[in-house]
Amino acid sequence: MPQFDPTVWSPQLVWLIITFVLLYLLMARVALPRVSSILEDREFRISDSLRRAESLKQDAESAVAAYEKLMTDARAKAQDQVHTVRERAARDAAKRHAELNDRLSAEVAAAETRIAAARDQAVGELRGLAVEVAGAAVERLVGEKLDSSAVSNAVDGAMREHA
Amino acid sequence: MASPIEQFTIEKILDVDLGVVDASFTNSSLFMVIAVGLASLFLIASTREKSLIPGRWQSMAEITYEFVANMVRTNVGTEGRKYFPFIFSLFVFILFGNMLGIVPYSFTFTSHLAVTLGMALVVFIGTTIIGFIKHGLHFLSFFLPHGTPWFIAPILVPIEILSYFTRPISLSLRLFANMTAGHTLLKVFAGFVAALGIAGVVPLAAVIGLTGLEMLVAFLQAYVFAVLSCIYLNDALHMH
Repeated sequence: MPQFDPTVWSPQLVWLIITFVLLYLLMARVALPRVSSILEDREFRISDSLRRAESLKQDAESAVAAYEKLMTDARAKAQDQVHTVRERAARDAAKRHAELNDRLSAEVAAAETRIAAARDQAVGELRGLAVEVAGAAVERLVGEKLDSSAVSNAVDGAMREHA
Repeated sequence: MASPIEQFTIEKILDVDLGVVDASFTNSSLFMVIAVGLASLFLIASTREKSLIPGRWQSMAEITYEFVANMVRTNVGTEGRKYFPFIFSLFVFILFGNMLGIVPYSFTFTSHLAVTLGMALVVFIGTTIIGFIKHGLHFLSFFLPHGTPWFIAPILVPIEILSYFTRPISLSLRLFANMTAGHTLLKVFAGFVAALGIAGVVPLAAVIGLTGLEMLVAFLQAYVFAVLSCIYLNDALHMH
């Protein structure tokens, strides 16, 4: 086998040393520092991004908390305002209702007195008319003019009877 | 029909004689240069843009990096950082050598014992030196694990020493034998394709299947070599 021919050993060993030292220098000086810097850079970028994401998340959470507090405050305030407005409206309504009631009852009272006066007047006029009609009717029937006070007494008596 | 082991022949491309050593540029040297070139192209050109979101090539370079980095981290620990470029280069060199060897008409430099033994000896001698620098003569207690009863020591110490010194041999033979056997098998089956005529489709199918298997072996052997180097390094740094 060619492997066991000692004359070819020395050129192989010489070139093994040359090429391996060259490869070692290229790897140790150029390739490996470069790859390791790439990996470290990436590691740094990833951890940095994660840290930033964490702080942003915290910001977002505090913003949400502030928003919720604002919302509950606003809701409470709105409820409070609705309550006072409703109370005031109820109070106003009650007051207006009372005023209206007063005015209406006053008007009713005035109308009743007017009606009573009108009736009294009408009744008074009716009596005069009744006396006249009764006088005229008796005069036509009897042919003699009766004493007006007698007629009016009779009418009064009849009215009292029918009242 | 060409011999199945003809593919392992070293052919001189350029004669270079440095007096004591023959440093000729051979087909093996050519493929070492190609492997280094492709590995560098793969790892350097793909990461040129340094994209935050990697493209396909950059992603592959990153995966290779993290694969070897995890290997070193789990087998050696944080102290292995210093040796990471070496383990990485070793893994990439063997991986590209093995993978290039699968390409038809190419040469597999990892199928030569000289190359695999050279790398294994560098790992073996290197880790031994690291062990002595780190622990001084105390490193010799590696051959007598802590808490061993004294009467076992005469048996255990030679066994430990023997197992320690066979490390470079097993490490180099494993890679060399895997590559040589796989490529020989491929060549034998490929020879049948031509010899059998129309019936050659059967060995052709086998060759296709074997090529897939060889790719797996190519990766696996590079991985095994790198992992074992890590384990030896860990032994040197942390003892048992």
